[in-house]
Amino acid sequence: MDFSHILNSKKLTLSVVLSVFLSLFACKSFAIQSENETVKEKNAKEEVFNPTTAILEHIGDSHYWHVGGELSFPLPVIIFTDGGLETFSAAEFHHGEAAYQGKYHTYKLVEDKIRVVDANGAVDKEASHHIYDFSITKNVVALWIAGILLLVIFFAVAGGYKKRTGKAPKGLQSFIEPIILFVRDEIARPNIGYRYQKYMPILLTIFFFIWMNNLLGLIPIFPGGANVTGNIMLTFMLSFVVMLIVNFSANKYYWKHIFMPDVPLWLYPIMIPVELIGVISKPFALMIRLYANISAGHIIVLSLISLIFIFKSLWTSVVSVPFVVFMDVLELLVAFLQAFIFTMLTALFIGTAVEEHHH
Amino acid sequence: MEELFDGLLNDHLGFVVWSAVAFLILVILLGKFAWKPIMSAINERERSIEDALLKAEAAKEEMARLTNENESLLKQARAERDLILKEARHMKDQIIAEAKEAAHAEGARMIEKATIEINSQKAIAIADVKNQVANLSIDIAEKLLRKQFENQREQDQLVADLLKEVKVN
Repeated sequence: MDFSHILNSKKLTLSVVLSVFLSLFACKSFAIQSENETVKEKNAKEEVFNPTTAILEHIGDSHYWHVGGELSFPLPVIIFTDGGLETFSAAEFHHGEAAYQGKYHTYKLVEDKIRVVDANGAVDKEASHHIYDFSITKNVVALWIAGILLLVIFFAVAGGYKKRTGKAPKGLQSFIEPIILFVRDEIARPNIGYRYQKYMPILLTIFFFIWMNNLLGLIPIFPGGANVTGNIMLTFMLSFVVMLIVNFSANKYYWKHIFMPDVPLWLYPIMIPVELIGVISKPFALMIRLYANISAGHIIVLSLISLIFIFKSLWTSVVSVPFVVFMDVLELLVAFLQAFIFTMLTALFIGTAVEEHHH
Repeated sequence: MEELFDGLLNDHLGFVVWSAVAFLILVILLGKFAWKPIMSAINERERSIEDALLKAEAAKEEMARLTNENESLLKQARAERDLILKEARHMKDQIIAEAKEAAHAEGARMIEKATIEINSQKAIAIADVKNQVANLSIDIAEKLLRKQFENQREQDQLVADLLKEVKVN
């Protein structure tokens, strides 16, 4: 999409943007000069702001839900160890500063990941490989919130259909119906064909699940703020589900195309591996696409906000906040677009799997 | 590389399982209680709208057909009425003509009858008059003769005359 006309119309050329940034550098150096002594003292005590860790912390999963300032909710920790199940509150870690003596091991948070530590407080790598973290993390809670929202919204919509049987939709129902029809008429029907009806529930669930999580991810405060669809584990789960659906609904033509393609026999050693890779690579591309798009959006927004802390000047917000607003609006579009693309490609893969060939 | 994947499964398997469980529950619950009624309601409504449109189209056609029929019926009725009127007029004329003819005939017959009657009456009257005239003439002649033959000389005279006449002949 071309947004250059916005910049042109406001005479906001690149040089203006650059000059603002340069002036901020000047501000910074001035500030450093004037408060030379105090800054040096502070720097010695305070950690230097590291945008990479800050951003990765924000887009990553956590055992705490940070609400703002000093306020954060510790979430329950559930670990399968070689000894057995272990449950306690993440509050026991005191934000990663303290180790927790459990029933079977002593645990500590290292970069928000649970590790087994020995008596000296050093990470025991070997023991850590035998524990599985099934904690209710920030992403799990965000997932539940999105799920509950979806259930509330669509049960209400379904109720609307029951209440106004055969009548025109009203309220929330009339907002949702065009989207459902969009999924049916633009995604399912053209890609799958006349058998689309069977796949409507899974396509609708995938679409609204991704969209809702994308939108909640854009909200910086509770109950949003988690980066669920920008988490490769979630996109892996979704694309794995898609792979299962596609391959289990595939007909004989699909398998014939993979194992007995219409090529000379001597090409089979090349063709069959290529086709088999294709079975995996299609959902793999789905996984990477959604993960990368959503994560990239979050990283850009967080980078723009980080500029304020890098320059240590409130005036940076004059530049970065409008950019963040612009990016957020763009992300609003991307949230819908990625849900649409994921669902459409799912429908396309199902369509190729159930397609009837008439050679 | 090993560093990158170190603990990947240990740290993230939980989230994959949790998200899969959450997604599965969503698919089942939404599929059963949201998508099924929503899709069936939408399909039902679309079908009913299509039905209604088709019915409206059919009703329109039916209406047109009825209008056509009505018009043809009206036309037919009008033609029939015209025919009946024509026939009636024709019959009226015929009746009038017949009546006129009958009247003429009757009149002629009556006139004829009257003429005959008049003629017979006239004949009777004439006969009567003839009788009366005859009687009267006889009476007169009698009276005249009586008068003439009152004296003898005249009688003789007459006989003489008559005899004379016979002689001449």
